[in-house]
Amino acid sequence: MDHEQGARPTDPAVAAAGSRRSRILGGSGDTRSVAIAVTSTLVFLGAVVAVTVTSPGWPAVRDAFFDGAIFSDTFPEIAEAFLLNIRIFLIAEAFILVFALFIAVLRSLPGPVFFPIRAIAIGYTDVFRGIPTILVIYILGFGAPALQLSGVPISPLFWGVVALVLVYSAYVAEVYRAGIESVHPSQEAAARSLGLSRSQSLRFVVLPQAVRRVVPPLLNDFIGLQKDSALVALIGPVEAFRQSQIEESASFNFTPYLATALLFVLATIPLARFTDWLIARDRRRQLAGRVT
Amino acid sequence: MRRLALIAAFFLLAGLAAGCGGGGGDDNDAAATTTQTSCAKDQLELVSSGTLTIGTGNPEFSPWYEGGTPNGSTFEVNDPATGKGYESAVAYALARKLGFSKEEVQWKAVSFNQTFKPGPKDFDFAMQQISYNPQRAKAVDFSESYYEVNQALVALSDKPIASATTIADLKDAKLGAVVGTTNYDYVVDNIKPSKKPSVYDTLSDNVAALKNGQIDGLVTDFPTAYYIANVQLSNAKLVGRFPTVGTQEHFGLTFEKGNPLVGCVNKAFAALKQDGTLDRLEQQWITSKAHAPLIQQ
Repeated sequence: MDHEQGARPTDPAVAAAGSRRSRILGGSGDTRSVAIAVTSTLVFLGAVVAVTVTSPGWPAVRDAFFDGAIFSDTFPEIAEAFLLNIRIFLIAEAFILVFALFIAVLRSLPGPVFFPIRAIAIGYTDVFRGIPTILVIYILGFGAPALQLSGVPISPLFWGVVALVLVYSAYVAEVYRAGIESVHPSQEAAARSLGLSRSQSLRFVVLPQAVRRVVPPLLNDFIGLQKDSALVALIGPVEAFRQSQIEESASFNFTPYLATALLFVLATIPLARFTDWLIARDRRRQLAGRVT
Repeated sequence: MRRLALIAAFFLLAGLAAGCGGGGGDDNDAAATTTQTSCAKDQLELVSSGTLTIGTGNPEFSPWYEGGTPNGSTFEVNDPATGKGYESAVAYALARKLGFSKEEVQWKAVSFNQTFKPGPKDFDFAMQQISYNPQRAKAVDFSESYYEVNQALVALSDKPIASATTIADLKDAKLGAVVGTTNYDYVVDNIKPSKKPSVYDTLSDNVAALKNGQIDGLVTDFPTAYYIANVQLSNAKLVGRFPTVGTQEHFGLTFEKGNPLVGCVNKAFAALKQDGTLDRLEQQWITSKAHAPLIQQ
């Protein structure tokens, strides 16, 4: 928020922030368009609510999805189970960041000598972006332990995290690659002419610029990962979604799902706002013509 | 259309086969249905008139459904229309009491969730080993009991719990159960193991995890446990039945809330209990095959 209040009036950041707000409201940002936006929102929401609550099935839906007593009964247990989602997400994210960068670097190795390595990296991203996450989790979660190899873990939590790392690394590697390719070749040429080796110029010149550019899309993928942590429930661990399923079938009532949805949204919103803020900051810096 | 023709042909054959079998009880049944005027077949409110539509899971396993899948069947493993297996046999006995011929019974594959979601249903009632509890009875109507069930434990033969004789022996075990079942509730409420139980979408997943050694044992209803330990898996053992805690658990058919059909079905069940049909079918499909010791509290 400080970038809006603390910036000097002439700072392009103010213009940028102002234009963003007016873009959301759809007008020039004055009182009249705010009033119009508020009124039309209220009318729209009122219409949606009216249609819903007057529908013939509403009493049944209200009892099945919006039971306050069941909500407050089940919420603490679901919230506790949600800690497992957060654990899965944090562990997987750490591995994805490293592994995906490795794949992206492999894929951008130049020259005919490295063709086999590039081919493997391309094959990897093709395969793991192509297979639905739920299938990867199923196949690894039940398949890998079935091999009965000594030393290979059989824990479903372990294989669930491995599956998420494999799938999301494929996405994130592509994001990294886009970042690497967006750095102008003259940057590397300049670095090499200063005497840096190829790997040094990658490490100190190309990657820092590339990674900074792709932070917003990276966070976007992590919001996806946060939600997909629920899929690990399929192979045994009881996380938030599974806990709500358990509560649901104990009462034949769907309200616990709503509690879970609420938790996921609450966990996602800070990340989404942080992404927005990063994008705005990046835009501001570019408009200000600063060297990043 | 070809599939329809196949199904029609199958029902025709099944009908002939049933006709060749015992038709001795038919006269009594006809008399019974005519005395219950409000439950006359043409007075019943049905999803599709003239047909009794029953929802069940797919796949379903022995001893609830048996007889495999005839050609053209849309069911995996066991087609409920064979009349074999306890639930299938009870369903056809019930249908006959209500005045339906074998051909007038239609089976519909439904997921467990579909049996109790709010709103209208596309089946008259669901029959898939659904245990009664008062919470559930707020969302759907249950029929009277057609099977009184105990839970049981299947364990890998090489795990210490395979020789368990009391619930205390199971304290350190990693147990598994299918989500939304009273089996899971039994684990959490009565066994209270120190390791958090694993939970699966389907019994097949649960069995796969047991086979892999990801869990030491699984809890399910006794007849199903018997089938898993003796037919599905070679490295597993039916350790025993669990004692009933609190009220006796039983299976009921589930109906959309307020469906008047439940009254007629209950009358039919009462008659089937009175004339010994339910006991006979239970003996035929379950009791004669499965035995196991009782695990002590």
